[in-house]
Amino acid sequence: MPTLTLEQSDRRNAWGFVAPALLWTLAFFVVPFLFMAAMSLWSRQSGQIVKAWNLDNYVAFFEKASLFKGLVNSLEITLIVTVLSVLLAYPLAWIIAERVPKRFQRLALIMAVLPFWTSYVVRSYSWLLVLSKNGVVNQTLLTIGLVSEPLELASNRTATVIGFTHFFVMLLTLTIYANLIQLSPNYRRAAADLGANAFQTFRHVILPLTLPGIMTGAFLTFVLCIGDYVTPQILGGNNELVLPQIIMLQLGRRADFPMAAALSIILMLAVTLAYVLCARWLKIERA
Amino acid sequence: MTASVSVQNASKTFGAFTALNDVSLDINAGEFIVLLGPSGCGKTTLLSILGGFLSPTKGRISIGSRDMTNVQPAKRPTTTMFQDYALFPHMKLKDNVGFGLRMRGMAKTARDEKALGFLDLVGLKGVADKKPHELSGGQRQRVALARALAVDPDVLLLDEPLGALDLKLRRQMQDELKAIQKRVGTTFVHVTHDQEEAMAIADRIVVMNQGRIEDIGAPADIYMRPRSLFSAGFMGEVNFIPGTVVETDAASARVETALGPMTLSPSAFTTGFPIRNQAVTLCIRPEHFRRAGTDEVGLVTLGQASVTGQAFFGTHYRCHLSPLAAPQMSIVAHMPQSATVSEGEAVGLAVSALDVVVLPSQRKDA
Amino acid sequence: MRNIVISAASWVYATLVFGFIFLPVAVLVLFSFQDGRLPVPPFNGFSTQWYAAIFADRKLMAALGNSFVVALLSSAIACVLGFLAAYALARHKLPGSALQRGLLIAPMTVSYLIIALGLLTVLNTFGIPLSLWTVGIGHVVINLPLCFAIIYSSMGDHHINIERAARDLGAGDLKVMVLVTAPMLMPSILAAFFLSVTFSWDEFIIAFLLSRFDVTLPVEIWSLLRSGLNPKTNAIGSLVFLVSVAVLMLLEFTLFRKTGKS
Repeated sequence: MPTLTLEQSDRRNAWGFVAPALLWTLAFFVVPFLFMAAMSLWSRQSGQIVKAWNLDNYVAFFEKASLFKGLVNSLEITLIVTVLSVLLAYPLAWIIAERVPKRFQRLALIMAVLPFWTSYVVRSYSWLLVLSKNGVVNQTLLTIGLVSEPLELASNRTATVIGFTHFFVMLLTLTIYANLIQLSPNYRRAAADLGANAFQTFRHVILPLTLPGIMTGAFLTFVLCIGDYVTPQILGGNNELVLPQIIMLQLGRRADFPMAAALSIILMLAVTLAYVLCARWLKIERA
Repeated sequence: MTASVSVQNASKTFGAFTALNDVSLDINAGEFIVLLGPSGCGKTTLLSILGGFLSPTKGRISIGSRDMTNVQPAKRPTTTMFQDYALFPHMKLKDNVGFGLRMRGMAKTARDEKALGFLDLVGLKGVADKKPHELSGGQRQRVALARALAVDPDVLLLDEPLGALDLKLRRQMQDELKAIQKRVGTTFVHVTHDQEEAMAIADRIVVMNQGRIEDIGAPADIYMRPRSLFSAGFMGEVNFIPGTVVETDAASARVETALGPMTLSPSAFTTGFPIRNQAVTLCIRPEHFRRAGTDEVGLVTLGQASVTGQAFFGTHYRCHLSPLAAPQMSIVAHMPQSATVSEGEAVGLAVSALDVVVLPSQRKDA
Repeated sequence: MRNIVISAASWVYATLVFGFIFLPVAVLVLFSFQDGRLPVPPFNGFSTQWYAAIFADRKLMAALGNSFVVALLSSAIACVLGFLAAYALARHKLPGSALQRGLLIAPMTVSYLIIALGLLTVLNTFGIPLSLWTVGIGHVVINLPLCFAIIYSSMGDHHINIERAARDLGAGDLKVMVLVTAPMLMPSILAAFFLSVTFSWDEFIIAFLLSRFDVTLPVEIWSLLRSGLNPKTNAIGSLVFLVSVAVLMLLEFTLFRKTGKS
């Protein structure tokens, strides 16, 4: 055997180190995904999975309003939640970064994300306590006499949006704050020095510089929101199902794995599309 | 411990870039060698090949007559002192110094004792329980030295270790490095781009440029008798004066230059005997110029030159001169502190024939 | 004058958003002490009966333990695999390294539901029974990209010579990693680990789809939800919240305070 050069033996060792992670990802992510993609082309007929290759599931998705409406609902809710969360979180992050004294900033930030530490399932449930017919809001309104009948606040799209927004405002406050705090104060000084007023400075300097952070946060919001089953299932009621709920329905009641797989692929394509749209702002860098 | 080092026809390429081009070098056991050259000259690549961080694309490396070409750094009798010291930030100084001994399986008490000994050698025994971030740059540098020496290497490789220190500390560390090297007797191979540092510490200097060795020799030898134009220029300020060999015989050679004819001994030709009609370049260092008329023996007069600029440098005046015979040429000469020169003044220039070095104008391989 | 207006507006805004953020949690915790069967107003009085109820609930306590084990184990595996891969890709020039990095972080961009479904189809096909092990496998899949990305991004080039020095002094790759690289990167390794534990601890859909008899806490809470509004759910939710916050504060004031300063 010829002796390896130092570079060659280093590389051989490096393959050994990266291999476990690669193999894990291949075996438990890539292969299952390909498997699912293949299954989406099969179908389920009279209780049996038939391995006949066709696009029936995808055709059905576009033809059956009950399925297609799921994607529309998902996209609508996700977009509303993403925009709403950014609009609510940005000012809060700005206030923490600019208006709160330096030594209290970390505390303010911890406070802003404290409810993260409730269990995800419980977080949606706790909105039920607030929004349900005999919940806090209705009881308050009844007590002060603003309404005579309890309002239907839970089990609809608004409740889902509130539940999601609650979660993502915390997440985005964190990412946007991290972005704002990295900016050198000299940018603002330079802009002011060159004659920009506060609004112009924000519009032309601060906002563009924090845009990558916002986009990263927004993309994360989009991905997590569109794929979530828990929040709409607890808060959304049965009228406007989102795609993950429909996928779970295929699994549960009908055991239609091929259809669930096809819907998952469609969900995945929606995320990929969002990624392509945001890609130029998203980066992973090494220090 | 100590060992000789032999590099045989080593080349290293990175893609299309040749970092090291057919370099051969023999280093004696116990020698203090400095690899000197500008950045990108291949000196650090050569050091990495000696240290075991790179394999040469071609050629062989042996240390103490054992082949080391593809041996892991851990298994080589070398240690490296890195430019940024590369101390382990999370370990106390004594654990830093004892790390190599720990890897060799030495028990804790024995290696602590030995580590303290080496910290003592570099004058840091008192702070053995501190961590690197509590030290100054100069102290870190000493710890790095102690750590590298603690495993008794045959060859110590130093990669611009003084580069980050300020001038005063650098001078002090140069003296200490030299003293420590004498004491431990280990072969030192030291990389730097600072020619003054090289001269201050080296037994022999290896001048490198563009992946090749330009010149090898003792500091005075390289400075006074350079064997390449690059080497002459890199070691310090020098005036290059073009000329042509017009006559040669066994004892002397006559060279025609813009400043007039000059008769020189064949020993001035450091790369070989003079050849008639050869285009040559005369190398004269600024401090070798004299004013014509002084009663030194062997002076060659170079005609009149007018002073176009001058500045006081403490030890001397540094003057720009324009020879009357060749006004387009600019010469830099040092005049003594006592000299009274003023701009526009004409002075008679002279130089001792023994101080002149003559090199072929074009490199033989070009 | 203008500054005062901005200040006042800031305070009002921050108070409102903080109110929004804290409202459901405050209600959750308050009504976990409800002396009555419904965790909604009016508040009938203070009682710890629901906490007693959850501690007496064997299934709930078992799920709590399961969650703990799955979170710690899957996070440890994800950290080790992520660290090794980050070391290999940050320190060595491997062919296709951009592709490898892409592959390793790819699961981050895919919904947990899809990851769970993919694993479920494969497990079904090969007849592998669902268990806490399969949940753990799924959790490593979602946490590995995170651990890899965090650790990889903290591997600065200024560490290269320090690792070289260790190798030069006789350490093999494993010793370099254990004695030099890992201690230097400890803050980011710990951050990756705790973040993973949090994610795994809180993860529902993978745990729901890939478990059968033994379940994790979120899945057990999910089945509690079928009973509608129930102070017991408030109690377990509040308990998890308060314990998490306590642990967080402990870490904040010991570990991260210390590493943040050095």
